[in-house]
Amino acid sequence: MSGTPSRRVFLKRSGALIVSFGSSALVERLALAQGPFGTRMSHVDPRQLDSWVAVNADGSVTARTGKCELGQGIYTAQLQLIAEELSVPLARVKLIECDTDVTPDQGTTSGSQSTPTNFNQRNLAQAAATAREHLIGLASQRLGLPASELEAVDGVVRSKADDAKRVGYGELVAGRRLNVPLSATARRKAPGEWTVLGKPVPRVDLAELATGQFEFVHNVRVPGMLHGRVVRPQEPGATVAAVDESSLRGLQGVVKVVVRRSFVGVVAEKPWQAVRAVGQLRVTWAKGAGLPPQDDFYNHLRRQPARDALLVDSRDVDDTLARAAQVVKATYVHPYQMHGSVGTSCAVADVSGDKATVWSATQSAYPTRSGIALLLGLPADNVRVVFVRGSGCYGINGADTVSYDAALLSHAVGRPVRVQLNRQDEMAWENYGSAYVIDQRVGLDGTGRITTWDYEAWSPTLGGRPGYDRPGNVVTGWTAGYEPLSVTPARATGSARSFNNGSNAAPSYVTGCTGGACGGAGTVRSERVLTHAVPSPFFTGPLRSPSRLQNTFAHECLMDEVAALVKADPIAYRLRHLKDQRLMEVLRAAAKAAGWEARPSPGPDSRRRAGVVRGRGCACVIYEGDNGHVAIVAEVEVNRTSGRIGAKRLIVAQDCGPISNPEGMRHQIEGGALQGLSRALGEEVTWDDRRVTSVDWQTYHSLPLGFDVPVVESVLIDRPGVEAAGAGETAITVVAAAVGNALFDATGVRIREVPFTPERIKAALSTRG
Amino acid sequence: MSTIALKVNGRSHAVDVDPTTPLLYVLSDDLALRGPKFGCGLGQCGACTVIIGARAVRSCITAVGTLNGAEVTTLEGLGTPQAPHPIQRAFIDEQAAQCGFCLSGVILTAKAFLDGQPRASDAEIQRALSSVLCRCFAHTRMLRAIKRYARERRA
Repeated sequence: MSGTPSRRVFLKRSGALIVSFGSSALVERLALAQGPFGTRMSHVDPRQLDSWVAVNADGSVTARTGKCELGQGIYTAQLQLIAEELSVPLARVKLIECDTDVTPDQGTTSGSQSTPTNFNQRNLAQAAATAREHLIGLASQRLGLPASELEAVDGVVRSKADDAKRVGYGELVAGRRLNVPLSATARRKAPGEWTVLGKPVPRVDLAELATGQFEFVHNVRVPGMLHGRVVRPQEPGATVAAVDESSLRGLQGVVKVVVRRSFVGVVAEKPWQAVRAVGQLRVTWAKGAGLPPQDDFYNHLRRQPARDALLVDSRDVDDTLARAAQVVKATYVHPYQMHGSVGTSCAVADVSGDKATVWSATQSAYPTRSGIALLLGLPADNVRVVFVRGSGCYGINGADTVSYDAALLSHAVGRPVRVQLNRQDEMAWENYGSAYVIDQRVGLDGTGRITTWDYEAWSPTLGGRPGYDRPGNVVTGWTAGYEPLSVTPARATGSARSFNNGSNAAPSYVTGCTGGACGGAGTVRSERVLTHAVPSPFFTGPLRSPSRLQNTFAHECLMDEVAALVKADPIAYRLRHLKDQRLMEVLRAAAKAAGWEARPSPGPDSRRRAGVVRGRGCACVIYEGDNGHVAIVAEVEVNRTSGRIGAKRLIVAQDCGPISNPEGMRHQIEGGALQGLSRALGEEVTWDDRRVTSVDWQTYHSLPLGFDVPVVESVLIDRPGVEAAGAGETAITVVAAAVGNALFDATGVRIREVPFTPERIKAALSTRG
Repeated sequence: MSTIALKVNGRSHAVDVDPTTPLLYVLSDDLALRGPKFGCGLGQCGACTVIIGARAVRSCITAVGTLNGAEVTTLEGLGTPQAPHPIQRAFIDEQAAQCGFCLSGVILTAKAFLDGQPRASDAEIQRALSSVLCRCFAHTRMLRAIKRYARERRA
């Protein structure tokens, strides 16, 4: 493992830095894509060991992290990391997550960045390695032995030669501060030495969760606490014209009606009183501008003013396409989808005088602290955000916006206030994963080999993660008078100086040659990747595998179309166009585990015109271009009469570098694969001419626990000696593509739009006859 | 306001509330229980599930005024981290949760169903869970845990 930052780290660090100082197109794009990830200076200095690790008088260890548990298992994995590097039993490690009073500012827990950030050479891992080295140094002085003759084992430093010469961590430090900087040379243990990290340690929180004792943010209770509920605008763009407080006359328990521009809320003594009050409060709205018709939305996107970006351009695609033996053209579209957390978002705020404390499930403790400070007109240092776990978020759900709600309401009444959103407001106003329209043209030579890949996409965007200074990026900040980030139209002035495939806009099969270097995973030399960000009528923001999933759906399905055209086996055809060895390896591993039979698609069942037909499909990608290699094989059944499709097996092979916890990784693969299936088969935000209509679980279709759950098989490729990559978003990225390809294999019909609903499948089958 | 008598996890309570208040609000606010959760308020997802008598009930759409004298069991009423109920033990052993927010719906719906139909087939179990949501999609492990509990229960 090298100490030089990788391209990804460098870009993301620069992104984080620039976000606070400027707003160039690059910055906007990065901020919109994910928000800042990196570790920043705050009153907790990340360069100091004491900011990360404390050795207590009893020899136990308290660590502090800016990367928090969202259900993905990072809490247990970070315990393993600390236990491993510090050589203390796991049970003797306590971890404090994302409390702006005490933890370093690590931006946002997102983007599959917690593992790359904290499990390589920097940050938490570096702190833990520094601490072990420091403890051995202290013991060397205490015992009068050279450090090279000492080892740290189970919370004790002892002589390698004489076990009797030993001193415990507690005795060495005695609860004092360590007062040393993070060491750039402190040696991390090699994966071969690991005894805790890399092992299938069970999640430490499962027992409390399964017995209903775990404290979620929803369970936080503060003395004197009141209950708030909000009234969101009637429709996008609507603003408050009048609020008639007299409409609440006679209702028990109402403490205050709070109005700030178009932010409206009610605070009451008890939660049910607040619910009834917001239902009864008469608010007059000035209407919004209306919504573009959904049935023409993808065409609508093409007509919008756009901010363009050219990721790569070999400047010859029109020529090579003109010379190609065959050209395959296709348009793929993907709808807005939502995070749809099973619990609606909740926060508790206590604003008193010029101080505020907010208990929040935000992924972004420090940025949320800054946003709340802006909203309340307080210095950021007077605001404390304490992360308390929420319902799984999968990106920016309502956690940030409800934290603002609670802060505004508590500020207005001077007492602690708990706010929980209702289901309709959660779903109508969250920051959706973006819709996409993707046009592609692929040119082939006379031998059936791809020579050209041309990609052009339109995706709508509005708002995003609020970061440190954009509270208007979510609904509460916008209603309170802050502007969301919106698209500033601009033409691309040439391709990017270096190839950064962070959004997976480029397919795996191109060379990615720009700025004198080739960063792509493939061999196709004639390449162009042009994106258009256009205005969105709805708030958007990162949803698990943002843009990467939509792009991969388009790339990997088109690759399948091309393979079918030249009658090649889809896996062999992919391998012919790849050069990245790790990607090729996961693809082969998935095929092997699936018992893949080499043959072209569509398969034998596609000749049948009735009954249930079977097919298989594959897809692969390097997540974000450098953050995890994954391949999948999907086996499906399609009922040609009902149009229903079901998956029977999903086989996922994954290489994310050295594995911190194989059970945790399997868990992420299984959840990602099935969530990906739900998104591929049923999930779609819908609207009419004025407002969103998918506002509950009958109108937004998530696969329930009782659906016909496929077998999910994971093939883990452990690769010590390279940088650790994230594993939270890899599997989900490839599901829609593989299912679409399997659907084609089973029926001979290509559907270029998700979700693959029975109606859509039936319509496609009947068109083909 | 009126006084409603409830027995929750074996303890008797008299709560003075508006009788239209959903049971969930009484459990999580007045009685400070952590098991039942507000998920949708519409009876669609299961996160608020409790067992009343022998039935799984969605407490977010059950007015407390209709329940005078009822015996309610919440997720924390089944067992503790130290002494979990066998179905909770199965979930812990199978690591059958990610965020864990939905567990009241999953565990209590499955338990009430299997208590009534201990010999249910896998397909019947699946059907019983057709309106329970887990958005982390820990489905494979959850179904494994439930089937394991079903097997152990029969043994």
